[in-house]
Parts: sequence; C-alpha cells; structure tokens
Amino acid sequence: MTESLEISNLSLLLSTLLLVMAILIDYKEKLGLGNDILVAGVRAVIQLFIIGYVLSFVFQIDNTLVTLIMVLFIVFNASFNAHKRSEGIDQSFTISITSIGVGTALALGILVFSGAIDWTPSQIVPITGMIASNAMTTIGVVYRTLHTQFRDRRQQVLEKLALGADKKQASMTIVRESIKTGMAPSIDRTKTVGLVSLPGMMSGLMFAGVDPTEAIRYQIVVMFMLIAVTAISSFIASYMTYRSFYNDSIQLTI
Amino acid sequence: MAQPILSLENVGFEANGRKILNGITFEAEEGEIITFTGPSGGGKSTLLKLIGYLLTPTSGVIRYQNKPITEFNPTDYRKEVSYFFQNAVLFDETVRDNLAFPAEIREEPFDEERARRGLQTVQLPENYLDKPVHELSGGEKQRVALIRNLMYPPKVLLMDEVTSSLDKENRDIIRSFIQRLNREERITVLWVTHNQEEIDASHRIIQLKAGEMEGIK
Repeated sequence: MTESLEISNLSLLLSTLLLVMAILIDYKEKLGLGNDILVAGVRAVIQLFIIGYVLSFVFQIDNTLVTLIMVLFIVFNASFNAHKRSEGIDQSFTISITSIGVGTALALGILVFSGAIDWTPSQIVPITGMIASNAMTTIGVVYRTLHTQFRDRRQQVLEKLALGADKKQASMTIVRESIKTGMAPSIDRTKTVGLVSLPGMMSGLMFAGVDPTEAIRYQIVVMFMLIAVTAISSFIASYMTYRSFYNDSIQLTI
Repeated sequence: MAQPILSLENVGFEANGRKILNGITFEAEEGEIITFTGPSGGGKSTLLKLIGYLLTPTSGVIRYQNKPITEFNPTDYRKEVSYFFQNAVLFDETVRDNLAFPAEIREEPFDEERARRGLQTVQLPENYLDKPVHELSGGEKQRVALIRNLMYPPKVLLMDEVTSSLDKENRDIIRSFIQRLNREERITVLWVTHNQEEIDASHRIIQLKAGEMEGIK
C-alpha cells in the first residue's frame, strides 16, 4: 500500500504535462493566461516543497511550543489574507484575527477535549489549516455581503436612522443576513457530503489505506467542526464590522 | 419674542470640493410651517438632511432649543426632529413591523391602538396592520411611513417633497393631516415642496438658489 503513495521525481516531472495542456488551450484561444498558469505552477511547487520540509521538521521534533507557533502562523496568514480582501473596512486586520483566532481556538479546544484528535503536530497542523482557511473564506464573504447590503439597503438604513435608531438597531437586518450568508456554504456542503464529492480529509485517509468506515468518522467530525467555525467567525466578524459603516455622529459613510 | 425651536447660523455644506450650501441663516419658531422652495439642485434636500442631523454641516452652527445639535446624542435628537423621506421605504414584512419599529428602538411595548388610529387618520383600513408591505401602492406606502414617523410625535417634522410623486387624493390626505398636527400639537413643520396648496399652508417661504438664500416671504 505504501509504495503506491510515493511519487517519483520522474512521475512528478511528467505530471507537468497537465499544465502543458492548460497552456496549449490558452495559446490556441489567446486567453492571455499563459504567464499566470506558469507563475501559479512554479509558486505551487516552491511553496509546497518548503511547507513539506517545514512540516516534516515540525512533525519530527513533536514539540508543543513549535506546534503552537505553527498554529499561530497559520492563523496570522489567514487573517492577513482576509484583511487584504476587506475592501477598505476599518480595522479589518484586528477583526479578521479576532474572528479567525477565536473560531480556531474554540474548535481546536473542543476537538482535543473530546478526544477526536490528539495534540500532536501531524493532527493539529492540518486541522488548523482547514479551520483557518474556511474561516478566512467565510470572513471574505461577510465583508463582501456587508458592503453590498449597506449599499443596496442604504435607504432602509437611512430611514431607520431618521427614526432615531442607533447603529446596531439600524444594522440588525444586514448583520443577520451577513452571518447567514457566511454560514450557508458550510451547511450546504455538509448536506451534500458523500453524494457529490468525497471531501479531502476522507479521501486523504483512504489514500493512506484507512478503511472507509473509519475515514468517514473523521469526516463527520470535520464537517461539524466547519459548521461551528463558520458560525463563530461570521458572527464575530459581522458584529465587529457593521460599526465601520458609520461615523461618530451615527451617519452612514457608504 | 419666544425662543426659536431651531436656528441656523451661517450654515454651509461642501461635498467633494463642491459648495452645496453657503451662509444659510434663519430661525424657526415653535409651531411654524416653513416652506423651502427654489430650482432643483439648489440645496433644499441637503439643508433638510443637515437639520435632521443625517449630515453634518462643514461650516456654521445649527441649534435646537438653543443648543448646538452636535451636543445632542444623534439618536435622541432624531427622535425629536424627525426626517421624512421623499420616497419612503417600508422595511421587513408587514405594516405592523414598520409601525412597531419606533417602539422597538425605544424598548417599549407596541401601542397597537395608536397604530390603528393612525391608519384611520390617513384613511387606511385598520386591517392594513397585517398587510404585507409589497402589496401597498406608492401612496399607501407613503401614508404608512408618515404614521411610522408619528408613532411618537416629534417636535419638528422635516419633509422632503413627500407628496411630489402622489396623486391629488393622497396629497390632500397627507397635507390636511400635517396641518391638523401643526394646529393641534404645535409640531413645527419644515418642508420642501413645489405644491401650491402646501406653499399656501405655510407661514413663511424661504427661497434657495444655488445653495444660497434668495429671500424670505
């Protein structure tokens, strides 16, 4: 079983044929994506090789502090990316790191406490990656939803302000909508899991030779974890963000 | 002479480097009806929004009961000086949701009796309370919105061409209701209008042109 898990350098090299196919389509259709495909390919190889060696080192030394640093590194990166996509929202880095950080801490805490996973780097690091990347996407959706909602429902917000509503009272409908939109993908994904796609966690375990009936147990935990994480991060991000659409005189700034 | 309820001193407003209002100075007595009139783009709507504290002047001072409005909590101020939009938007599902909102933000119980009476005064049937807002006509929406602004009677009502898109029947209903409120409850009314009957109903007329006051009649 383990032999089939090794990809030789030659096989890796031959797999670039897959990229060549994409480049040929680009060339024929004059899409102008050639450079992008090349850069994406090279970046993926470099980034993954580096992270492969780093993880291999982290797994070997199996040290609590180093694992924790790895977790913080992932959370920081996810927050920084969410911040970059925040479309000019005030304090978006603080908001991103709070929502991703709290979501990650709570989810990891429950998983370790329940015994679903152990505090070993080979489990903690990949799980943190899953949590943080989902939280990052969720917050991106929250920022975008708040932006469009405040723009589309501007008149409604103004009416509420004119009636004497404070920031929170004028924004509640929008805040709820944004939490809902942030959570929706993880709920949908959970509903169709197994019917449409076999998710990464489960596929990975099966690749490694784990029995499918065992692999699904991990997948169930992961799906529940992702619903919780998207709920927590979209809740925190929505409540921390709506204020930034107003000035101190409680007037809309968008 | 009584203290003015509102006074504007040299009020100006600039946006994106463009002067929209300049040197606006006048006082409004309690119980007065003042009409703002003049060509469109003259700054009338902006002036009402400034008085409603939905915008902040870039120069000059607006005082309410002798205190600069910037010293009030904006939400408390807006409960007394109520701005009514040209094409009011009803939110949520039903008429009830809208009429209950003023009570909701004050954390008080909804006075259903008052809401029913309000609907009657603007000649809407009482059972409209549970009507979905998307089933109302433009004129009906505007009348519901007016009742929404009046569930807790304000001291000053600011109205920006609120009847301009309505037919004569709806216009008359709203105008006579406003005049009655002004007479009976001494609500001060500042409105932007081109309608002759509304202009005739007012005590003073302030002409605005290119952001400046042209005259008071």
